[in-house]
Amino acid sequence: MSAMYEPNAQQIKNEKLYRQMGMTDEEFERAVGMLGRLPNYTETGLFSALWSEHCSYKSSKPVLRKFPTKGSRVLQGPGEGAGIVDIGDNQAAVFKMESHNSPSAIDPFIGAATGAGGVLRDVFSMGARPVALVNSLRFGDLSDARDRYLFEEAVSGIASYGNIIGIPTIAGEVQFDNCYSKRPLVNAMAVGLLNHEDIQKGIASGVGNSVMYAGAKTGRDGIHGATMSSAEVSVDVEAELPVMQAGDPFLEKLVMEACLELVKSDALIGIQDMGAAGLTSSAAEMASKAGYGVEMNLDLVPQREEGMTAYEMMLSESQERMLIVVKKGREQEVIDLFTRYDIEAVSIGKVTDDKMLRLLHKGELVAEVSADALAEDAPVYNKKSEEPAYFREFQAMEMIEPVVEDLNETLTALLKRPTIASKEWVYNQFDTHARRNTVVAPGSSAGVIRVDGTNKGLAMTADCNSRYVYLDPETGGKIAIAEAARNLVCSGAEPIAVTDCLNFGSADKPEVFWQFEKSADGISDACRKLNAPVISGNVSLSNEVNGVPIYPTPTIGMVGLVHDLSQVTTTEFKNAGDAIYLIGETAMDFGGSELQQMTEGKIFGKAPSIDLDVEAARQKGLLTAIQNKLVASATDLSEGGFAIALCEKAFGAEGLGAEVSISGSAVTALFSETQSRFLVTVKNENAEAFEKAVKDAVKIGRVTASDKIIIKGDGDTVLIDGTVNEFRSAWKGAIQCLLNSEA
Amino acid sequence: MKFAILVFPGSGCDIDMYHAVKDVIGNEAEYVGHMEADLERFDAVLIPTGASYGDYLRPGALAQTSPAIDSLKAFAASGKPVLGVGNGFQILTEAGLLPGAFLRNKGLKFRSGKAVLTVQNIDTPFTADYKNGQQITLPFAHQYGNYFLDEGTVSELKQSNRIVFTYADSNVDGSTEAIAGVLNEQGNVLGMMPLPERAVEEIIGGTDGLPLFNSILKRWSENNVSNV
Repeated sequence: MSAMYEPNAQQIKNEKLYRQMGMTDEEFERAVGMLGRLPNYTETGLFSALWSEHCSYKSSKPVLRKFPTKGSRVLQGPGEGAGIVDIGDNQAAVFKMESHNSPSAIDPFIGAATGAGGVLRDVFSMGARPVALVNSLRFGDLSDARDRYLFEEAVSGIASYGNIIGIPTIAGEVQFDNCYSKRPLVNAMAVGLLNHEDIQKGIASGVGNSVMYAGAKTGRDGIHGATMSSAEVSVDVEAELPVMQAGDPFLEKLVMEACLELVKSDALIGIQDMGAAGLTSSAAEMASKAGYGVEMNLDLVPQREEGMTAYEMMLSESQERMLIVVKKGREQEVIDLFTRYDIEAVSIGKVTDDKMLRLLHKGELVAEVSADALAEDAPVYNKKSEEPAYFREFQAMEMIEPVVEDLNETLTALLKRPTIASKEWVYNQFDTHARRNTVVAPGSSAGVIRVDGTNKGLAMTADCNSRYVYLDPETGGKIAIAEAARNLVCSGAEPIAVTDCLNFGSADKPEVFWQFEKSADGISDACRKLNAPVISGNVSLSNEVNGVPIYPTPTIGMVGLVHDLSQVTTTEFKNAGDAIYLIGETAMDFGGSELQQMTEGKIFGKAPSIDLDVEAARQKGLLTAIQNKLVASATDLSEGGFAIALCEKAFGAEGLGAEVSISGSAVTALFSETQSRFLVTVKNENAEAFEKAVKDAVKIGRVTASDKIIIKGDGDTVLIDGTVNEFRSAWKGAIQCLLNSEA
Repeated sequence: MKFAILVFPGSGCDIDMYHAVKDVIGNEAEYVGHMEADLERFDAVLIPTGASYGDYLRPGALAQTSPAIDSLKAFAASGKPVLGVGNGFQILTEAGLLPGAFLRNKGLKFRSGKAVLTVQNIDTPFTADYKNGQQITLPFAHQYGNYFLDEGTVSELKQSNRIVFTYADSNVDGSTEAIAGVLNEQGNVLGMMPLPERAVEEIIGGTDGLPLFNSILKRWSENNVSNV
């Protein structure tokens, strides 16, 4: 039995104990004003959790409003567990990306695993069967042992959860930069499918209907962050239990299958995952969204530990739990349904008409708070924003071309950079083909999954070059969207919608908030121009180590529709003799480039510029050509520029090389990161039609039946001459090599 | 011909097997739950991959305590074909229907990809449609696929020609003698770590897994035609 000392309402006010739960004096006063009295300990906990940035978006809301969220395909925009877009034939794609950065910095295996678990629940709580996972990861540059540990364990954790629950990971990206040293970013995205009639929402409506709890028991895990340690006196060893919430993918598999059966039942009113702030957020949000109240008897909550207080139960973030509202009188069939999956389900309360969240524990009323006050009425802050001095400095710089002595050696060195190197070491740990629909696995521009029983596909990708965003947040935001869309287009998919994970430093820093605002402007512009609304997302602020913010990293997850699977196109060369085309002109763009980082040890100057009209037109032209089957292989030019893209096209093919000629300054032509460029190959019989369709494509050479990559410059000077094998082995083994270097 | 797909809690890739048999081959297939004991009415049992019981304790260790295992043993004793792939293979060894045990992959990590296999024995109900020594490519995805056998068992398997598949160019998980698939003594139970059910369509993983299912069908029709 643990004896928990809880301060009374007066003590909380007098000693300002709410501050230790993350509430400001103003927020506490606001809560007092809404209640018309002082909140007790449990109630203070409810407010502090739901008014946290994570749950309320109080600092980010004014910025998030900029995003276009509507479109002809959008069935559900931001505000639910996940967004939903129509994909025709009465089917819809459901997806969401979420960050698990802080937990992953502490325990990377568990943190990354529960990140995948949480976002999967967001998707199946909408009634959708998750069909694919995508991830976006950021770590320090692997020179530090802690960063190597974080990287290895986060990848294992995310792999373990996905593999055991049996959902394929089909796309992702990993980048390395020392701004993420000891502060990794772990962003997980899940994509699901459903038929329109199966769409569920997290609502608690209909007076007298039952509020049910299903899944794992509630423990004391995950509450520590919101708990005021100094005011909590625990008299036994339970205080030493690990506080991080642990994941159980096997249990989640059972919960998922049970929920997917439940969504077919007309007994179901609403369902929501108990995610951040657990029972508090799910109950308050479901009541508030529906315009009703919820009364729960916490004695009935399945508990893993003895002597849990109301506060602990309400703020626990134990994983694999769902809150469900079912029609009165239908509880037993729901219990029976869950029992068939070996899952505990129990009625813990009912829907009321008074819009209050009312909690009973051991025969006493322990909390009575307006559900709207918790879920809707958090304060909204217009944070101070200020253009940082570095930005003005960078904008004033003249672009200079990095000095390179040996082009072949530079290419090899770039191929070994962990951000560019093959990510096989990562994705070989994922079951990429579970459940037999993976058409394109990781390693190409985007992953493609077949829509079960149809000839359609969903392409998906995650992307963000945070160096560009740091140098110029608005331009970098545009590029993040454009680049994600390019990945989809190169796979033969029409981009249809966006989810995001906005990872930034502390919003209290005006320079950081400026980065946040500006990048949101850029994202919004590009989403509008490319016709890809934002349908879900997540904000992660305070990503800092020792007060130094990470590069602003608004990770973009994007999903595209492949209308016919025979249109799917991949990166690698297909046939010897095919013509190689470069689409888009090349300028001297080295600000934030991989070459700049490699040669200078830092980034500076202007980010590459982007013209969204040119981008949109090029994407449209190329997509049409791909859909008309004029293109044999396609990839966009990104980190490392042209030479890297050309190599990657050879690496995926067996026994094919390339011979091409380019013009202008060699270093720029080979390594510049100018935007809106593509590299494609076309069969000779399609060349004429392709050139008509894609006007700005320039033929630069051919795929050869040799193992050589030869790039010639002006006057036929040989710039690059090497074998595919030597370049490939540099690229393929680099990450393993960096991990082995620990001494 | 009627296929049972034996499903344990967590057998996440039951649908891969079902799809291969039902949609691609066009045969009858039915899921049978781990609490059911009625396998007699089927002509073949397929045990899919996934992570039964979350791979907790040891992959396959908890599944082999299910009620369905007794009827699976009876089914196998009757001589009808049983195929276990991935986690299904692990369950078969845990249940004692196949020899050996599984260690963590060399390198310790989960690994997925495509493996090139050599077909070592075509005189089985599962491989008649392949050619002897044929090289085929099948997907694999496992963390505990390092198949371990002691020397005595290896020579026994070799003498009785029960090694059906070996890894050809790269022993992806470090298995003894690069063994990727083995038969029981009777020759009617096959366990393999690579996943033939994920290679039955050109667009997904190639079609090198198709002959395996066709072989089972062919053997069954031969027997049933001759019985008539």
